[in-house]
Amino acid sequence: MTEKSTATEPSGPAGTPPGRARLSPRKKQQISRAVQYVVLVAVVVFLVLRIDWGGLAQNFAKPEVAAETWPEVFTVALKNTIIYSVGGFVFAFLFGLIFALMRLSSVLPYRWIAIAYIEIFRGLPALLIFLFILFLPLALRGFEVPGGTYGQGILGLTIVGSAYMAETLRAGLQAVPKGQMEAARSLGMSHSRAMISIVIPQAVRIVIPPTTNQFVSLLKDSSLVLFLGVTSEYVELTKFGNDLASTFSNATPILVVGVTYLLVTIPLGYLASRLEKRQGRGR
Amino acid sequence: MATPAKEAKAVTPAAHAVEIRNLHKHFGKLEVLKGIDFAVDPGQVVCVIGPSGSGKSTLLRCVNLLEQPTSGRVVLEGVELTDPDVDIDAARRRVGMVFQQFNLFPHMTVLQNVVIAQRRVLGRSAAEARRIARENLEKVGVAAKADAYPAQLSGGQQQRVAIARALAMNPALMLFDEPTSALDPELVGDVLTVMRKLAEEGMTMLVVTHEMAFARDVADRVVFMDGGVIVEDGPAAQVIGAPRHERTKSFLRRVLDPTHTDV
Ligand SMILES: Nc1ncnc2c1ncn2[C@@H]1O[C@H](COP(=O)(O)OP(=O)(O)OP(=O)(O)O)[C@@H](O)[C@H]1O
Ligand SMILES: [Mg+2]
Repeated sequence: MTEKSTATEPSGPAGTPPGRARLSPRKKQQISRAVQYVVLVAVVVFLVLRIDWGGLAQNFAKPEVAAETWPEVFTVALKNTIIYSVGGFVFAFLFGLIFALMRLSSVLPYRWIAIAYIEIFRGLPALLIFLFILFLPLALRGFEVPGGTYGQGILGLTIVGSAYMAETLRAGLQAVPKGQMEAARSLGMSHSRAMISIVIPQAVRIVIPPTTNQFVSLLKDSSLVLFLGVTSEYVELTKFGNDLASTFSNATPILVVGVTYLLVTIPLGYLASRLEKRQGRGR
Repeated sequence: MATPAKEAKAVTPAAHAVEIRNLHKHFGKLEVLKGIDFAVDPGQVVCVIGPSGSGKSTLLRCVNLLEQPTSGRVVLEGVELTDPDVDIDAARRRVGMVFQQFNLFPHMTVLQNVVIAQRRVLGRSAAEARRIARENLEKVGVAAKADAYPAQLSGGQQQRVAIARALAMNPALMLFDEPTSALDPELVGDVLTVMRKLAEEGMTMLVVTHEMAFARDVADRVVFMDGGVIVEDGPAAQVIGAPRHERTKSFLRRVLDPTHTDV
């Protein structure tokens, strides 16, 4: 900024008229766009000529290998991905709500606990949490996560999701106007009754769009179940793709699995932005 | 000071619907109420007037303990609400409150708004709660909107639903905090009509308002507050028609629109 001002200052007092653009803004825009097209065409031509398309297809889209993924990619892998992520989401929501309420509690130690939990688990990589669960039985001898493999996966996603969910729900609870609690209390409702019947239902409505996005991100994080060393019937999409890709020494299963993720995540993302827009209008 | 109060509570029947004694309220260093004394008798309508920031809302909110008074006593039908042993939720059931911003529950229909506290607080059956809700909606003239959501109603209709919601709890005292201030001028009349009807039926009411015509016509007494104290308290006709204090006079000169002074 300072450079600019020092550069232009001399021209002012010197009396030179402000430099007239030799090109009109419209002309400039046209040139800029033309350059962008030229670059695009050059890159496309380069890729088409240089890439071994046949080899690529053999590696990433081999019909015979793709056929091998059927129907387990849906009946086992996608089903398990949904079990892990829906399970994780439900518990993350419940614990998130508890931590959000603790975060807003008038009891100071509750606030501390909630803040500590939220800060710690938002700050850790999701993978680390899954590795921690993997090594949990070593630390606590004889301890087993209830629910077996499903339980472990869901626990991991619950821990990953609940800290974020707590912050989202806290924002939702705080977005409910104070007058709502006051109106409920003035009708004789207790604080907890007013929370349950009046404040929480409104907060949940407010956070539906952001929690839809959080579900999408949990669904993606469910791929980390891979590291729990799960076996055949418990595999989710990523592990499924990984295993088949090794078996056939071919990347096609990864592509199939990727498309399967997108079949779920893109519509959900679209739904979230629709809900967000609708809420924006409604309020 | 506290002991004779407790004895009084036990011995004498409640003469006043609500009695406020030496009420102080601080917000941090700011003293908003500086020793308020007054009482409302059963069936009385008392209007509270005064400039912005004089503590009218705070006073009303202290009466049903939405604000915790710093010191002083609030006695409702002989029960001292400021006594730490009193069940606040139970006491509040006896006091209805109507807010400037209506504060209807937006996620519930009009009928559900009026039903919920009857069910959850008074434990009435669903059928009884609905019947009472419809009666009260009828009374305030919005029965036709029972199944609508608050957002689908005009401000005047919303405020009347809020009144019905409070009435359904059979309150001994109704508090109104500027119930018409958030309304378009053409909708004010409907709400005031409902409030007049309530007053005629003998409801005990404490009303903060800027509607001087309403105060003069309906109130038994008018209380003028300024700077956290009661400056003047007397019959409506006297306080509004012939104020004794200079502060009351200058306040009334400011609020009484020239077009209204002819009456
Ligand atoms: N929760 C609060 N925290 C801090 N100060 C407050 C709070 N509520 C009210 N006050 C202050 O107390 C004073 C009195 O407020 P109050 O709302 O009772 O006035 P009012 O007479 O109702 O005014 P108005 O006519 O504008 O509604 C104001 O100075 C206000 O800023
Ligand atoms: Mg006020």
